[in-house]
Amino acid sequence: MSQTATMTGSAPATGGNTATDPRGPRPKPFFTPKKIMIYTTLVFFTLYFLFPLYVMVVTSLKTMPEIRFGNIFALPSAPSFDAWVKAWTSACTGLTCNGLSPGFWNSVKITIPSTIVSIFIAAVNGYALVNWRFKGSEIFFAVLIFGSFIPYQVMLYPLVILTRSMGIFGTLQAVIVIHTIFGMPILTLLFRNYFASLPQELFKAARVDGAGFWRIFFEIMLPMSLPIFVVALILQITGIWNDFLFGVVFAGPQNYPMTVQLNNIVNSAQGTPEYNVNMAATVLTGLVPLIIYFVSGKLFVRGVAAGAVKG
Amino acid sequence: MADTTVQSAPVAGSSSRPSALKKFFLHNLSAKVAAIPMVATVLVVFIGCTIWTIYYSFTNSKLLPTGKFVGFDQYERLFATSRWNVSVINLLMYGAMSLVLTLGLGFLLAVLMDQKIRFESAFRTIMLYPFALSFIVTGLVWQWIMNPTLGLQGTMRNLGWTNFTFDWIANPRMVLFALLIAGLWQGVGFCMVLMLAGLRGVDEEIWKAARVDGIPTWRTYISVVLPMMRGVLVTAVVLIGSGIVRLYDLVVALTNGGPGISSEVPAKYVYNYMFSGGNIGQGLAAATMMLLTVLIIMVPWAYLEFGGKGRK
Amino acid sequence: MQPSVSIKDLSLNFGNVKVLDRLNLDIAQGEFIVLLGPSGCGKSTLLNCIAGLLDVSDGQIFINGKNVTWEEPKDRGIGMVFQSYALYPQMTVERNLSFGLRVAGMPKDEINRRVARAAEILQIQPLLNRKPANLSGGQRQRVAIGRALVRDVDVFLFDEPLSNLDAKLRSDLRVEIKRLHARLKNTMIYVTHDQIEALTLADRIAIMKNGVIQQLADPHTIYNKPVNLYVAGFIGSPSMNFISGSLDGATFTADDGTKIPVGAYDFAAQRTGASKAVLGVRPEHILLGDAAQGMPFQTQAEIEIVEPMGSETLAWTKVAGIPVTFRCSSDIPLHAGDKVTVGFDIARGSLFDAKSENRL
Repeated sequence: MSQTATMTGSAPATGGNTATDPRGPRPKPFFTPKKIMIYTTLVFFTLYFLFPLYVMVVTSLKTMPEIRFGNIFALPSAPSFDAWVKAWTSACTGLTCNGLSPGFWNSVKITIPSTIVSIFIAAVNGYALVNWRFKGSEIFFAVLIFGSFIPYQVMLYPLVILTRSMGIFGTLQAVIVIHTIFGMPILTLLFRNYFASLPQELFKAARVDGAGFWRIFFEIMLPMSLPIFVVALILQITGIWNDFLFGVVFAGPQNYPMTVQLNNIVNSAQGTPEYNVNMAATVLTGLVPLIIYFVSGKLFVRGVAAGAVKG
Repeated sequence: MADTTVQSAPVAGSSSRPSALKKFFLHNLSAKVAAIPMVATVLVVFIGCTIWTIYYSFTNSKLLPTGKFVGFDQYERLFATSRWNVSVINLLMYGAMSLVLTLGLGFLLAVLMDQKIRFESAFRTIMLYPFALSFIVTGLVWQWIMNPTLGLQGTMRNLGWTNFTFDWIANPRMVLFALLIAGLWQGVGFCMVLMLAGLRGVDEEIWKAARVDGIPTWRTYISVVLPMMRGVLVTAVVLIGSGIVRLYDLVVALTNGGPGISSEVPAKYVYNYMFSGGNIGQGLAAATMMLLTVLIIMVPWAYLEFGGKGRK
Repeated sequence: MQPSVSIKDLSLNFGNVKVLDRLNLDIAQGEFIVLLGPSGCGKSTLLNCIAGLLDVSDGQIFINGKNVTWEEPKDRGIGMVFQSYALYPQMTVERNLSFGLRVAGMPKDEINRRVARAAEILQIQPLLNRKPANLSGGQRQRVAIGRALVRDVDVFLFDEPLSNLDAKLRSDLRVEIKRLHARLKNTMIYVTHDQIEALTLADRIAIMKNGVIQQLADPHTIYNKPVNLYVAGFIGSPSMNFISGSLDGATFTADDGTKIPVGAYDFAAQRTGASKAVLGVRPEHILLGDAAQGMPFQTQAEIEIVEPMGSETLAWTKVAGIPVTFRCSSDIPLHAGDKVTVGFDIARGSLFDAKSENRL
C-alpha cells in the first residue's frame, strides 16, 4: 500500500480541474505520420499493380503512329477499337492470319469440359475419401497431394507417350485428360476438406436409411456443396484458361488455346510489331479470367486461399 | 445398386479364404470404383511417369525413348552444358530474390491492410487481380512496358529524363530483375491475401495483451504475431517455392530466354530438349534434376509438418 | 481516501448503438469489484475502456487521481488478464512474464526480481522454461496473472479469466484469486457472467444491463435487497419466485386473491394508496411444515416435482396459483403429491413496483 500513499499525496494537484482535463475520445488528428506512411505505401503499390492494366488498355486503343510518338502514359487521342478487331480476326500467328478468335473458341472447348470433368472426379474423390475410406485411401491421397508438387516437366514426356498410345495426342481430349489429372490434387483436397466439415451424422443417417454410395452423393452431398462447387469452378476456369504448357504440348496446332495463340501472335510474328494489336490481343486473353475475378470477388479469394490452406 | 452386393457378399461366400479375397474387392465396391481415376492418377502418372522419366534419363534416347543404358552420361553432359548451368544459376538467383521479396512484400502489405484502413476491399481487389491472369498475359504486358524504345524508358527520355534507363529486358545482367518485377506483380497479391488471413487469425486478446504490456505495434508483429503465423508462412514458402521451380510461361512470354541465354530456366531447358531439341535423354535428365530440387525443398517441409504432428 | 479508479459520465457508442451510457463508478483502494451481467451488457466494454483498449465516446477515467482518459494502456498503471489467456505462444513462461519489461528497457536485475516474485506468488517456478502449449489451462491462466503481476501495478483487470476452464479448476482458481487479493491488496476489477464468482469474490458487485449499472453493492445486499426486478431475477439460482398482485396498505393481494400481510416489510419509502406490485421470495426463504408455523404467511400447497440435489432438495409447487420453487434440507422426505404447509417471512422477501420494476 505504499504506492497508494504516494499517489494520494499527489492527488490535490490533479483533483479539482476535471473540466480542463482530457475528456471523451482521444484526439485523433486526420493526418498522422503513421497514416501518411501507410497510405503512401499502399498507393505506391496500387500504382504498380494498376499500371500494366492501364498501359495495356490505353495502348490497345491507340494507332501505331501515336504509339511511335513514344508516351505510354498518354491517353489515346482518338480511341479506336481497330486494333481489337484486328487482334480478334486477322492478326498473324506466324503461320495463319485468323487472329485470336480460333484460340478463344479452342480455349472455350478446352475449359468447359475440363472444368466439368475435373470437378466431378475430384468431388467424388473427396466424398469417397471422407465417407467411404478403404484400405490405403489415405495413402493414395497423401501421394496425390505430394505429387502435386512434382514439376510438370517430370511427367510431361511419359504422358505424351501415353496419350499418343491412346490415340488422343494432339486432340482436345488429351488436354482435357491432362487438366483433369493435374487439377485433381488441389480439387480433391478442396472437396475432401469441405465434406469433412459437413456433419457426419447426416451421412450416417442416410446410410441407416439404406442409401448407397451414389445415392448419398447425388441426393445429399451434392446439394449441400454449392459453395465449394463455385469455388472449384472459379479455380478451374481461371486455371485452365490461363494454362499454356499443356495446351502447347498436348492440344496440337489445330486446338491451341488462346494463351498459346496470343504468345505466337506477339512473339513469333514477322515484320514490324504492331503493339496496339499485341496489347489488344493481350487484353482479350486476360478478359475472361478478369471478368470472373471481378464478378466473383470474395469467392476468388476464398478459392485461392482454400488451395493454400492445408487440410 | 452396386452396394447391395456389399451386404450379400458375406452370405454368398461365408466359408473360407475366397470370401476374404472377395470381401477385399467387394467391400465398399462403389467407393473403390469411384476412386479409380484417383488411384490411376497416383499410380500411373505421379508414380509411374516419374519412375519412367528417372529410368530413361539414364539412357541415350534421342528422338525416341528407346536408347540404351548409359549411366550418368546425360547428367555429365547436362552439367557440362553452359545453357543448363546458366539456367540453374538463374533459377537460384531468381528464386532467392523472388521468395524473399514475395514473402517480405506480401507480409508488409498484409500488415498495412491490417491497420483498419479505408477502402480495404478496393486495395485487395487491385493487389490480387494480376494473380487471376495468365503468365503469358503478364509477360507480354511487361515486355511492352519494358520495351526500350517505346516503353517506359522511351517515354521518360522523351519527357526530358534523357538518362533514364529501364532496359532490363535487353540487358543480360539485369534481365532477371525484369522477370522479378513481372513475377512479383503477379504473385505478391496472393501472398498478401494468405498473410492477411494469417494475421486475422491471431487472437484479438493477444493484441490487447501486447498493448497492456506496452509492446510497440511493429515489435508485436515481429516478436509475437510473425512466430504465431508459422503455418501460413510454411504454406506460403512451399507454394511460392514450387511455383518458382515451375517457372516457364513467364520466361517464354517475357524474354523467351534472352537476350542470348541470359534468362533461361530449367523448365524451359527440359521443354526445348524434349520437344524441339530432339534429345529426350538430356531433357529427362534435366527434368530429374528439377524433381531432385523439389524433393530437397519438400522433404524437410514434410518432415517438419508430419514430424511435428507426431510429437503432439 | 481518494478512489483508486474513478469513472465519470463514461459513454461509448458504436455507431448509433449506445454500449455504455453516462456511467459513473468509484472504486476504492484495494477494493475487489465484480462487473456482472449477461453477455452484451457492456461489462467487458467497460473493462476495456478502463484498460484503454477502447476509446471512449465521452466522459473521463481516473486511476489513482490521474486522468488517464487519453493515456495508452501501458501508462495507466494497470495489468490485465484475459479469458483466452493471450499468452505469447512462441515464448517460454519466463519470457512471457518479462517481455513487456524488457521492451520497456528495465534493468535485468529488476526484471529477474519481479519475475521471481511473481513466480513465487503464483507457484509457477517449475514452469518458467516451458512454452504455453505445454501448460494446462489452469497453469496458463496463472501465467497470465503473473504477466499482470510483474508490471507491479495498482489495478488488476480480469476479463472473464475463468470462463475457459472446467468447473473444478474454476473453483480452485477462484479461491486462488481471492487469496491473491488478500495478499496483494490491489484494486481488482473483475468481469464475469458467473454469479457464483461474483458473489464469492467481490467486495462490491456492479450488476449491469444495457450499458447501465443496475445496482452497485456488496454481495449480501445484492442478494437480499435487490434494487429492482432485473437484479432480483438475475442473482440467485434457482431464481427468486415472483408473485404478481397489488399492494394496498399492509396487504399484498395476489392475482388469484390470496392475501399476504406485508406489515413487517421494510419499505424503502413511505407510501400510500394501492398499486400493482410484484412480491419476490427466494426459494430458501420459503419454509416447510413446522418451521413454517411461526411465519406471518402460511398456506397449503401440493408438491409437484422433487429434485434431490444431494445436500438439499428443490421442490416445485404452486402458491397463489403461481409456480414456486423452494429449497429445503435433503433430510426432509418429500414426494410429489405430498400436501404440505409452506410459509415465509415477508421481511426477508422483496416487493417491487410492477410498473417501474423498482424495489419498494
